[in-house]
Amino acid sequence: MSDWISHPENIVFVILAVVMVGAGFRSVTSRNVVHAVLFLVVALAGSAALFLLLGAEFVAWTVVLVYIGAVIVLFLFGIMITRAPLGMETQLSHSNQTKIGAAIVAGALFALISVAALQGFGDTEFVASPTRTDDLGLSIFQRFVIPFEVVSVVLLAALIGGIVLARRDPESTEELPAPQPTGVATTPSTNIAATAGRSAEGGDT
Amino acid sequence: MTEFLANAGSWILAASESGEAAKLSDGGVLASMAWLIPVVPMVAAFAIVFWGKKMPYKGWDIAIAVMAFEALYGTALLLSHISSPIAHDFQIEIAKIGNMPIEWGWSVDGLSIMMYFLVGVVGFLVFLYAKGYMEGDIRFTWFFASFTLFAGGMLVLVSAPNMIQLIVGWELVGVSSWLLIGHYWEEHENSSAAIKAFLTNKVADVGLFVGAIIVSMSVGSFRFGDILDAVESGAAEAPMLAQFAFWGGLALFIGAMGKSAQFPLHVWLPDAMAGPTPVSSLMHAATMVTAGVFLVGRMFPLYLTEGFATEVRSIIIIVGALTLFLTGLIALVQDDIKKVLAYSTLSQLGYMTVAMGAGAYTAGLFHLFTHAFFKALLFLGAGSVIHSVHSNNMSDMGGLKKDMPYTYWTFVVGSLALAGILPFAGFFSKDEILASLRYASGEFGVADGGGALATIVLALAIAGAFITAFYMARTVFLTFHGEYKGHGHPHESPRIMWVPLVALAVPSAVIGFINIPGVTEVFTKLVGGREVKVLDHHAESFDGLVLVLGLIAALAGIYLGWRIWGPDKETQQERDTFRVDGLYPLLENKYYIDDFYMDGVVRPIRGPVARAMDWFNGHVLDFIVNGAGLLAKAAGRVVYWFDQRGVDGAINASGAITGAGGGVLRLLQTGKVQQYAVLIFAATVILVGGLVIWF
Amino acid sequence: MILSQFVILGAALFSIGVYGVLTRRNAVLVLLSVELMLAAVNINFVAFDVYFQDAIAGGQIFSLFIIAVAAAEVGIGLAIVLLIFRNRQSANVDELDLMKL
Repeated sequence: MSDWISHPENIVFVILAVVMVGAGFRSVTSRNVVHAVLFLVVALAGSAALFLLLGAEFVAWTVVLVYIGAVIVLFLFGIMITRAPLGMETQLSHSNQTKIGAAIVAGALFALISVAALQGFGDTEFVASPTRTDDLGLSIFQRFVIPFEVVSVVLLAALIGGIVLARRDPESTEELPAPQPTGVATTPSTNIAATAGRSAEGGDT
Repeated sequence: MTEFLANAGSWILAASESGEAAKLSDGGVLASMAWLIPVVPMVAAFAIVFWGKKMPYKGWDIAIAVMAFEALYGTALLLSHISSPIAHDFQIEIAKIGNMPIEWGWSVDGLSIMMYFLVGVVGFLVFLYAKGYMEGDIRFTWFFASFTLFAGGMLVLVSAPNMIQLIVGWELVGVSSWLLIGHYWEEHENSSAAIKAFLTNKVADVGLFVGAIIVSMSVGSFRFGDILDAVESGAAEAPMLAQFAFWGGLALFIGAMGKSAQFPLHVWLPDAMAGPTPVSSLMHAATMVTAGVFLVGRMFPLYLTEGFATEVRSIIIIVGALTLFLTGLIALVQDDIKKVLAYSTLSQLGYMTVAMGAGAYTAGLFHLFTHAFFKALLFLGAGSVIHSVHSNNMSDMGGLKKDMPYTYWTFVVGSLALAGILPFAGFFSKDEILASLRYASGEFGVADGGGALATIVLALAIAGAFITAFYMARTVFLTFHGEYKGHGHPHESPRIMWVPLVALAVPSAVIGFINIPGVTEVFTKLVGGREVKVLDHHAESFDGLVLVLGLIAALAGIYLGWRIWGPDKETQQERDTFRVDGLYPLLENKYYIDDFYMDGVVRPIRGPVARAMDWFNGHVLDFIVNGAGLLAKAAGRVVYWFDQRGVDGAINASGAITGAGGGVLRLLQTGKVQQYAVLIFAATVILVGGLVIWF
Repeated sequence: MILSQFVILGAALFSIGVYGVLTRRNAVLVLLSVELMLAAVNINFVAFDVYFQDAIAGGQIFSLFIIAVAAAEVGIGLAIVLLIFRNRQSANVDELDLMKL
């Protein structure tokens, strides 16, 4: 054990692990919503640092850019829009009873995976060597080009789906002025007429 | 490109140099881009579905452009192949099972080039015609989408360089034929015809799968190239394949019997007439029914090489002979003009199969090639007549000669080609089959489809030639001569319909000249240009005896037809009642094969299953119910006794337990997702934990 | 470095994420916990990739895919939360007990 800890990279690992676990724990227990998100940033930054330690530089920077840059902003927007209480709040989590049950389950899960990992790998040692982004790019665009394209389609679908889901239905909004009845009669396109008819109904309700 | 043009320019010259061993090239750009052939129509089929309705001609324009592309590409490959034979397989690995790669690819060799050309050219003309025929149909766009898919499926099939892709194409053809036969699905009859075609093919497909598995597994590769190389190396080199070759070859042939509608799996083909006529035309000429013959042709060395599946040939030749003779007879008694042609297709497919069985690869494929032209022509002609008189029955036709001159003359050309009269295409191909049968009778033993068996089949084939000529004469006389018996005024079809007829009549008349024994050998070289050397018998010169016999049989059939239906126009229809007691009902009912399938196969299975269910219901279930009733009664007595003794508390207690249990369970059923998630995670941990501890 | 240390760290983060998913009432925070679980999985992927010295770097590429899919998932998830919030004026998952009906 002392042998293990004497490696500088393991010292770094321990520091990172402690920070990550602590931040992770705070992010799921914090009573302040914004704090929870910021603790998630710390945990993810820790994982990015861990990837640097492992030599996976591209993945590390991707985590920084995508997660910390984009996803977190998205979360903050989500919090703002859903008007989640920004200050200290006791109602963010369930009762203590639920927490105990969840803690038992999560603890058992952790114990199970740890035992299985120790049984399976024991103290298999390995040396990290940096992965060149060059190789990663070649691999993505050669061997993994089809999954890559599929992921791009998934992202597109998510983009469209997100817009469709989050968009306000035009007929349910009050801002749209009810069209003039004469306008409906003279509109040549049935499509527009149908939309106008629907929003007129919406205006009535 | 310039190289290609130069090649194309010198093909006649090259074709006349006979005798020297053909050197195979990889075909250059033209062959390496041939993946477009199957891919373009598949893409186009979807394009028509999505955007067809917005096109100026509602999707027909996409379809015809695709078929024009296929026809041009097929012709270009054909010309290039004739100038310098191409034989090359292109394969791309897409997955791997164990150490057998699953590949997609395209094969460019004589056999597939012949099919590309055939599907492209005949398909192009049929698509052209279909615009006129389908005008005003409510599902016009959808029709062309599935029609393009149909042609594309066939091209996937013929371009296949391995078993897997062949099966994919095979099923694509099957499913799109189902769509097309059931095009007018509003009538129950049509949709059941589609289902019948699909299911009959499925029965045969089992054979194809089993055969493909046997052959591929015993060679260790799905590639045709590897399989045929193993065959070429001989039985000693490939003992595994040699051991199973008979069963593999037989199973593959059963698969071929389904698509190529061989007796007794032919029942779907006449019913497939339910589809629109252009579908029948393409299905019976260039696609679908040729798939089986193509498969046998593809695997031909397996059937011909000593030590492998040579014994299957005797089965092939018997099946073919039965098909050609029996279905030809049925064609005689049909009133529906499309059914006559359908049965004649069956009969001609019988000829092709017989040729394959007799070991005559070239002859069989040559008949496939010529038949594609004149049978497409005949179907389109019949469609033109149907379009004009609005009836399928010849008893509503007659005397159409003067009203429909283009249809009449092209139909006559097609009929003469089908009957096998001297200068027309069918003569040369049929004569080559007859000659190869005579050759087989002297060369092979009975077990290999030769000897006395081949002699009997030869006699049947000559009789079949007579029958063919006879029923075609009947069709022509009843449809175009005599008095008009229908209603309304028949008229010639629009130009877009008769132009393809004329365009098909030309090859039907002259294409036979490309393979005159001893004079021209273009076709022999065409289909012989493969990586595997196909050892087959190809006649060096005419076989005088069978030539004369075949021609006499055909002329006699036409003469007899003319004697019966030619003169005396008014009473023509009445003389269509020649009936032989005992034989006529047999033919009318199509040898009772459909009835046999229904009464002998479907009902016996359905009946016992239903009866078994009934028995199960009547005995087992009733017994359980009655037993439960008796038990309950007994229990009731016991409970009554308890109750009488004043043990009411037990009952109340059980009620309370049930209530409490419900209460406990109700806690689980909260509708709260996270509590469910707790249970899911907990259960997972317990299960996986059990697994970890166990090991 | 030994392999188990990364697996155990991943397990710890994953379990913390599970705990968050099970205890948080606010739907946005549930999604946040899911992100933590995905990050834990990424650690495993990258660690095993480096351990195996994979020639095509499959583990790292899959962690990239996970990041991409997670981004999509957050986008869709937040859109759904927004929709629920708009319809029910609340983003608390325990008030969404329609599954009981």
